[in-house]
Amino acid sequence: MALSAAEREAVCALWRKMGDNVGIYTTEALERTFLAFPSTKTYFPHLDLSPGSAQVKAHGRKVADALTHAVGHLDDLPGALSELSNLHARKLRVDPVNFQLLCHCLLVTLARHYPGDFSPAMQASLDKFLHHVTSALVSQYR
Amino acid sequence: MSLTKAERTIITSMWGKVSTQADSIGTEALERLFTSYPQTKTYFPHFDLHPGSAQLRAHGSKVVAAVGDAVKSIDNIAGALSKLSELHAYILRVDPVNFKLLSHCLLVTVAARFPADFTAEAHAAWDKFLSVVSSVLTEKYR
Repeated sequence: MALSAAEREAVCALWRKMGDNVGIYTTEALERTFLAFPSTKTYFPHLDLSPGSAQVKAHGRKVADALTHAVGHLDDLPGALSELSNLHARKLRVDPVNFQLLCHCLLVTLARHYPGDFSPAMQASLDKFLHHVTSALVSQYR
Repeated sequence: MSLTKAERTIITSMWGKVSTQADSIGTEALERLFTSYPQTKTYFPHFDLHPGSAQLRAHGSKVVAAVGDAVKSIDNIAGALSKLSELHAYILRVDPVNFKLLSHCLLVTVAARFPADFTAEAHAAWDKFLSVVSSVLTEKYR
């Protein structure tokens, strides 16, 4: 179920288009996740989660950097994400279901901002990419 | 899980706009579903599922018409969809996980077409609404 050449190109093309704005979209995705799925907030008792919070923005940038790093290493996601994978397994221990919720919100966010680019094929490519990222992040849970 | 007054207001007021593109939204959501999640196609061996197929368009219309019925009877979704609920329980028997996938694709479609209206609050309300609809459609399974 590895990403095909076409799927990789689709993901890379969208990432090129987004340029420096990835952080804006991951922040919006986090805000949507916290609003639609309040149980996800329990992982962030140390953050101010009110809309517009600078801390959520900062966290959004972290997520954006990780995803951009992943896009640059589509040939070896487990390798590229191994430190983050350790962090999630040893320390953060985010229940895997929550990655799906965040991915859903990220896809909705990107669809809003890039409707012309968001064909069913693009959506499927991104969904598959995010699925691989999620797998890598939870791979060391047990 | 029931919808708050605020959530009902969001849904019913957005529906006016959304319903003007009802048929194409339904068709697009199904295309996205079949592209991202090919396993969902197994429920339609009797259909031509190529993009643009007449059957896909007809089925898309049916799906969104049912969503519309739920919106119009938002105070009694179970009553409005009771026949559909029986159909899904006794004849169609769609695995409940697929409703989440279709709901996701509907939200992506609506977000792409109405980015300004699809605020985080609207997103949360629609997600909850579709979740209620899905519950109603699976409540007679056992």
